[in-house]
Amino acid sequence: MKELVIISGKGGTGKTSLAGALAVLAGNKVLVDCDVDAANLHLLLNPRVEKEEPFYGLPKAVIDREQCLECELCMELCQFGAIRNFTVSELACEGCGVCFHACPDRAIRMVEHQAGRLYVSSTRYGPLVHAQLGIAEGNSGKLVSAVRQRAKEIAEKEGYGLIITDGPPGIGCPVIACLSGADVVLVVTEPTLSGRHDLERVLRLVEHFQEKAAVCVNKWDLSPENTREIENFCRQKEIALIGKIPYDPAVNEAVRQKVPVVLHNSGAAGEEIVNLWDNLVKMLS
Amino acid sequence: MMIAVASGKGGTGKTTVAVSLALALADRQKIQYLDCDVEEPNGHILLKPRLQKKTPVTVPVPRLDQAKCTFCGRCAQICAYHALAVLPASVLIFPEMCHNCGGCWYFCPEKALTPAPREIGQIEEGGVGGIEFVHGRLNVGVAISPPLIRAVKERRRKDVPAIVDAPPGTSCPVIEAVSGVDFCLLVTEPTPFGLHDLELAAEMTKELGIPGGVVVNRSAGHDQEVEKFCRDKNLPLLLKIPLDREVAAAYSRGWPPLTVRPRWKEDFLTLWEKCREVARP
Repeated sequence: MKELVIISGKGGTGKTSLAGALAVLAGNKVLVDCDVDAANLHLLLNPRVEKEEPFYGLPKAVIDREQCLECELCMELCQFGAIRNFTVSELACEGCGVCFHACPDRAIRMVEHQAGRLYVSSTRYGPLVHAQLGIAEGNSGKLVSAVRQRAKEIAEKEGYGLIITDGPPGIGCPVIACLSGADVVLVVTEPTLSGRHDLERVLRLVEHFQEKAAVCVNKWDLSPENTREIENFCRQKEIALIGKIPYDPAVNEAVRQKVPVVLHNSGAAGEEIVNLWDNLVKMLS
Repeated sequence: MMIAVASGKGGTGKTTVAVSLALALADRQKIQYLDCDVEEPNGHILLKPRLQKKTPVTVPVPRLDQAKCTFCGRCAQICAYHALAVLPASVLIFPEMCHNCGGCWYFCPEKALTPAPREIGQIEEGGVGGIEFVHGRLNVGVAISPPLIRAVKERRRKDVPAIVDAPPGTSCPVIEAVSGVDFCLLVTEPTPFGLHDLELAAEMTKELGIPGGVVVNRSAGHDQEVEKFCRDKNLPLLLKIPLDREVAAAYSRGWPPLTVRPRWKEDFLTLWEKCREVARP
């Protein structure tokens, strides 16, 4: 079983549009949306939710005021400033349990905390595993791992040969949780100075975790100069640049109509995505 | 007065809006620009500040004095993040998993564990025109960004207005960036993706009790749904920035929109005034 992970560093470069298109082009695969803060892939794939599961983050501390003798040790020890007036802020508590272990009056309990929901859905392109982290929650990396694990189980049990993962932006915790064990990490960038700056950082991250990277420039013709610089940079770093998708209003139109771009029409962007997919197939095999 | 610019979805134009606000205001007053998107900071690309000062930011992680350790396993049992593993004759420490809660060294019966600083990134400070510029750069490979975001916000000076450029999403880094601000601008784009993530971002500001308002970027006559959402949620729609190829071309070169659309300055000044009206007193 192979896994393709799509990330970008900078947000809004076209990860989800591309993942939606690959969902149409690739056969025999499980789709995964690991942007658990702000998942969007389901908006293109019209899924039917088959199974919904609660996702539990770390438990949260709760103080029983009846038992509490107000020694203030918990407030002193809490590194997250989560305890004030012998009350724990659910938002600030990171579930470390230090207060629970330290309380001399045994007045603190750790209470199970639902931090989000995980969905297994069916789409006309195959199963989709996605999630929604609760608003203002932590634990995004943990939920990403849970989503990937679920997808792997489905792929193994039902004999799917490929997992396509739409990742989150940035280089932090949820992105790191997406990378381990990927066969190809496709970084989607745009030909802007910001896109390039973020590309360099995210490629260093992929290198740090010793995964295999490939790069795709979206809307490359909006700045052929910047695209050239990105090409030179990739050549220098010996990273394969496997796709240059032209600017095509059809991409935005497809998003507005909530369909993958390659279904919407076979315009310039769609054609290049087909080429990109051919290159990915070679890299994955 | 501290205003955050957030979005839910990435790439909707947070930095464009934050930079434009800062440049519009800087002609008439001092202003602080705090780039809290420490994973992928971009404000400096558009503002081009002279960065004069660089300070490393560290968090405490456990360090082991092997001679004192009895391998009792208490630290690993306490650690909720699996940042330590105790073997019969050694202790493995995984600093990248550590959330700096202090549990392991507090509970270690032999005091074999002590806190040691681990660098997670740097703060860089400088200025350009009337703008005092601060940003954080997370070291590549570091998972946990909130302590660095906190350090950026600690550079806040109370006597000048501040603009916080927040990271995308709705989880802990964003919460750290927007908590304590007086107002939060939510930048969206008129697509189903933009609307979906705007809904999440609006719920987040509501959860935190921060007044918010919406900016629609790249508006091109398809704003009905976002307008309806704002009406339904009683969220003020404060500005529409038209889709403009020249602005996009300027951005690709690292030029702020005002360099090619100087007339937009008035719109951003009006936006700032509107934010002040709705902001927390």
